[in-house]
Amino acid sequence: MRSGGDGRRGVAIALLSTVVFFTIVVVLITHAPGWHRVRSEFFNWHEFTSTFPEIARGFVLNIKIFSIAEAFILVFALLIAILRSLPGPVFFPLRALAIVYADLFRGIPTILVIAMLGFGAPGLGLSYLPTSVIFWGIVSLVLIYSAYVSEVYRAGIESIHPSQEAAARSLGLSRWQTLRHVILPQAVRRVIPPLLNDFIGLQKDTALVGTVGAVEAFQQSQIDTNATFNFTAYLAAAVLFVAVTIPLARFTDWLVARDRRLRQAGRLA
Amino acid sequence: MSALAVERLHKSFGKHEVLRGVDLEVGEHQVVALIGASGSGKSTLLRCINLLEPIDGGRIFLAGEDITRPRNVNAVRRRIGIVFQSFNLFPHMSVLRNVTLAPREALDISRREAEERALTLLERFGLADKRDAYPDRLSGGQQQRVAIVRALAMRPELMLFDEVTSALDPELVAEVLEVIRELATGGMTMILATHEMSFARDIADRVCFLDDGAILEQGTPAEIFTSPREPRTQQFLQRIVEARRL
Repeated sequence: MRSGGDGRRGVAIALLSTVVFFTIVVVLITHAPGWHRVRSEFFNWHEFTSTFPEIARGFVLNIKIFSIAEAFILVFALLIAILRSLPGPVFFPLRALAIVYADLFRGIPTILVIAMLGFGAPGLGLSYLPTSVIFWGIVSLVLIYSAYVSEVYRAGIESIHPSQEAAARSLGLSRWQTLRHVILPQAVRRVIPPLLNDFIGLQKDTALVGTVGAVEAFQQSQIDTNATFNFTAYLAAAVLFVAVTIPLARFTDWLVARDRRLRQAGRLA
Repeated sequence: MSALAVERLHKSFGKHEVLRGVDLEVGEHQVVALIGASGSGKSTLLRCINLLEPIDGGRIFLAGEDITRPRNVNAVRRRIGIVFQSFNLFPHMSVLRNVTLAPREALDISRREAEERALTLLERFGLADKRDAYPDRLSGGQQQRVAIVRALAMRPELMLFDEVTSALDPELVAEVLEVIRELATGGMTMILATHEMSFARDIADRVCFLDDGAILEQGTPAEIFTSPREPRTQQFLQRIVEARRL
């Protein structure tokens, strides 16, 4: 058992070593020969404050893209995972389709899918579908991330012991009732941390929709840097992304830690 | 008409033939104990009767009706309850939901009625105060009693018990056996695979000795335990006595 004095001493040492480390880093950077140029082009406070509001408005679009995409991914990926776990030869075509889909969309770089759909799909002239690049950007992200997330779901489904299914089926529940009430609730609970992890990636990748012309935070910062030849706008965009992803990352860590704690408590009980 | 009849049942896992032509008949309100060494096929036989394992040959009749290849597997399973060695409660559900899930979903009865039915059973087996508890907060004996209640809530005409005390600490075995004894007294038709020989002798109307995938010998408990005819049965019981399990 650690005494309170030891704990305080630990904190003091951590604090001191952090201060020393960052002092050295700051001194090294600010004494570099090109520091004055970098400071005015990357860390320009005036540029930061003048571009930030517009980039923040662009970031609202990132949040919108993220939220809409996430809702569809959660459902669509689950569907794919369920298709892939269907047993028996009858369902082979569906299983094969799900496998091909997952392989394909995990293989193609995100930016390529967004470019192909963003530039290509509106050209199809399908009058019943929107031509907005934002729409096709969201479709691209849903297609790509569902491929990853379906694998996460599948790992969760396969981690549930077969005896659970046997117990449910022995009571006369159908395959679907068993999946819905017994398998999925346990599987989804188990994969929440990796799911959140994928969503941190999704949040960042919303910036790729900017490459086909949607004016989101990254595209806005690009417009600003092109106008002023000052790169501080990128920093403003980065700050916005980090402000959202870091809390989500910490939340994921907290969930994992809580899950571990609960499971240990359950074992001891 | 017998409650259950099994005719020349064959079952293989790959090349290994686990059941080699099992014949078994269970009359209504009868309690049949299956004994035999581990790997003799007791568990597999029970899982085949409940259609959890597809069989390779033979026929199964439930109350005279051929259920070997039924049109609706789920409808058949609702009529047969099974309790497993490892409890297999649903860990994400409270005791009450564990017990009411199948009646509500598979029998389509109302939530209120399902809960009334569940609470009556939980009360009968001394578990009423555990209705809101989750399985990981219960002792092994309590979990297994809940598993029995969960099966009973479907009002099955036949109950199968697959070595239900084998995973329990010794001091928890009695409370589970008590429940089974009460069910037997109440007239439930049951087949139990068990290593608890004294319990089998006590409770069973008939004892079947399974050896290498077939019923080698069967009779009343007195016949099997005091004067077994087959050398293999004698050998098996001898080993049990040496291990002080009888």
